[in-house]
Amino acid sequence: MPKAIIEVADAKVSFGAVKALDGVTLAIAPGECVGLVGHNGAGKSTIVSVINGGLAPHQGSIASDGEVLARYGINAARSRGVRCVFQELSLCPNLTVVENTRILHRHLGGLGWRRRAKQVIEQSLDAIFPGHDINTDRTVGDLSIAERQMVEIAMAFSDAGIAPRLIILDEPTSSLDASLAEQMLAHVRRFVASGGSVILISHILHEILTTASRIVVMKDGRIVAERPAAAWTEHGLVEAMGSVVKGEAHRRAMRDLADAPVAIEHVGRGTPFRARRGEIVGLAGLAGHGQTEMLMRLHAASSADWLPRRDPAVTFVAGDRRLNGIFELWSILKNLSVAALGDLAQHGVVKGDAEAERAGEWKRRIEIRTPDMASHILSLSGGNQQKVLFARALSTRAPVVLMDDPMRGVDVGTKQEVYEIIRQEAARGRTFVWYSTEMEEVCLCDRVYVFREGAIAAELQGDAVTEENILAASFAGLAA
Amino acid sequence: MRRTLSADAMRLAIPALSLTILLAAVFWLQPRAMSYVGLNLLFNLAVPIALATIAQMLIMSVNDLDLSMGTFVSFVACVTATFLREAPLVGMLILFGVVVVYAGLGVVIHLRNLPSIVVSLGMSFVWAGLAVLLLPAPGGQAPDWVRALMTMKPPVAPMAIVASILIAIVAHFVVMRSSLGVLIRGVGGNQRSVERAGWSVVGARAAAYGLAGVFAVLAGVALVGLTTSADANIALRYTLLSIAGVILGGGEFIGGRVSPIGAVIGALTLTLAGSFLSFLRISPDWQIGAQGAILIIVLALRLLLNRLEKREKRR
Repeated sequence: MPKAIIEVADAKVSFGAVKALDGVTLAIAPGECVGLVGHNGAGKSTIVSVINGGLAPHQGSIASDGEVLARYGINAARSRGVRCVFQELSLCPNLTVVENTRILHRHLGGLGWRRRAKQVIEQSLDAIFPGHDINTDRTVGDLSIAERQMVEIAMAFSDAGIAPRLIILDEPTSSLDASLAEQMLAHVRRFVASGGSVILISHILHEILTTASRIVVMKDGRIVAERPAAAWTEHGLVEAMGSVVKGEAHRRAMRDLADAPVAIEHVGRGTPFRARRGEIVGLAGLAGHGQTEMLMRLHAASSADWLPRRDPAVTFVAGDRRLNGIFELWSILKNLSVAALGDLAQHGVVKGDAEAERAGEWKRRIEIRTPDMASHILSLSGGNQQKVLFARALSTRAPVVLMDDPMRGVDVGTKQEVYEIIRQEAARGRTFVWYSTEMEEVCLCDRVYVFREGAIAAELQGDAVTEENILAASFAGLAA
Repeated sequence: MRRTLSADAMRLAIPALSLTILLAAVFWLQPRAMSYVGLNLLFNLAVPIALATIAQMLIMSVNDLDLSMGTFVSFVACVTATFLREAPLVGMLILFGVVVVYAGLGVVIHLRNLPSIVVSLGMSFVWAGLAVLLLPAPGGQAPDWVRALMTMKPPVAPMAIVASILIAIVAHFVVMRSSLGVLIRGVGGNQRSVERAGWSVVGARAAAYGLAGVFAVLAGVALVGLTTSADANIALRYTLLSIAGVILGGGEFIGGRVSPIGAVIGALTLTLAGSFLSFLRISPDWQIGAQGAILIIVLALRLLLNRLEKREKRR
């Protein structure tokens, strides 16, 4: 057996009272793809940080190629060919793709580095996403979110001197559409076949099952199961993660809402958009075909420009939580209550106890996993931050909730909890407009608008909301 | 390729356009300004401002702000008019020392996670105090070589123009083309990703501050070369002028988006705005207000074009 590229033995990490890692032992051999699954806060991101050198375990050891490393840090990891694609996109938005490549590859300097960096990144992009059409002289901030993720993935696989040996992919496909995701996974298989190693973290179990050679399940900072991928099934994985998923049983009962009053509408190019009271309307189609723009237009049309309305008409759950979701410097409590401050205030002064009470109520209802609502929002895991954003929107009195792909990178258990809350709120008469890139979520909706090239291409209702119909509508333009 | 060019060009278009319009207006009001000597008179005070603007731009490219720029340039001017003339070696040492202090400020700000505004505001009193100690009353004298340098008469274009172009080219190379510049702007854009790539962010910040110190020192020396003597309050306006120059030139307060060429053009525009108002015979009481109005118009124009650009992109 060849020596492991990285071997973490009995690693323990705790943040205050929270044990993020509680004795994890994990070895990654050359030529294998390890799938890593687990609930939010199971410790996936923490073990990734340890392997990546960004975080020193408080206890335990790290060995590489058979030798135990006493001082293991970012630079040691990098020089051993460890690379990472993070869940939160992490390029410098103000620099061009080429300049970002320069930042990543420290030893690329010297005269003519632009040419070399351009060559390195373009080679990698061409290999992973043939026909990608990304200009590497463009500023990253000008790229779409999918293009940014493509660049980031290509960056991790790029070779400029130190060949990549272990690549950690943390939710790499969360912003890619199906065909791009397949291209990426195919490249991962090629990379592994040629002797490289990959740690793949994804909430799309199907991706893990088809790509990984071994799957590790984490829960509460421990590894609870570890088997070759062939020995796993989707159901088995979910069971091991400890959340209860009922699969098809979640398909909602048909409801007749044709007579309900229209809550929000938009008439533009193509089919007009309409959502009725108490309805869950899905926006589907390939990523970046105008769904987010539709949500923005709906929001702009129903909110006042100058003074806030006394009774809010719409509320918004952001998908890109770093960009337009959370207030990074605020506490969980403040992040949650900010949308409803008008209701919690008297004569312009916020009532502290009412605010705390409201936050406590939502903490219970959607189980925000924190000992203290006054702690910093960034102390929460990604999924729990997203829950806070949900609570923020739902705690307002707005009758319409707009959701911009809010479940990106959220684990299965949290999703089920949020679906349940959405169903309850819809039954009480709230309207949800839900853009999602995941088929499973779209299929939960009463009615679905499929978007193509910036306009509504099809409207599906009731039993017609199926994967085949949605795909057919998303791709019709290409076939014609 | 075309799109990147147009996005970058857009950033430079507004400052270039406003400078051209102002220049045309000045020439129309005062045709005699359209000469070698005239241009030099119009622009020679822009050279130190341009240098200070570049210094400020370096600080702003790591998401910080320097509120001590004016007092620091004044202090350097005092050192130049006293020590650098009488004891060049000591003068050089002092100037080198303050550049190191600047780099050290960057380190302290980063390590202690302090707001740069507070630190530089505090430092502004230190610099002001030191300047008053050196020159309690206006006086001193510019070293001869500095004076000679600033009053040089190069062929074709006057010194002010040549110097501005030179500053723009050097700053563009350092900030936009070199690896160090990429690193500094990277810290402004996404500090964590720079950290994760294994770079020392402290080092990058120290480099940005140190470089800013170098440009600010050059600003002070150039200023004395033009005025021949110094005063502890000689460059107080530079703090706000330099910030305005960066913004006018297409830079932004946060996110590491800066443009050195734009910053130099911004500095020239601000200097010219003053002369333009004098030529218009606007009473000095109103001049500062009118200067503000010019700033607002230019910035509004930029906002408008940004919006157009965004709408274009959405298509």
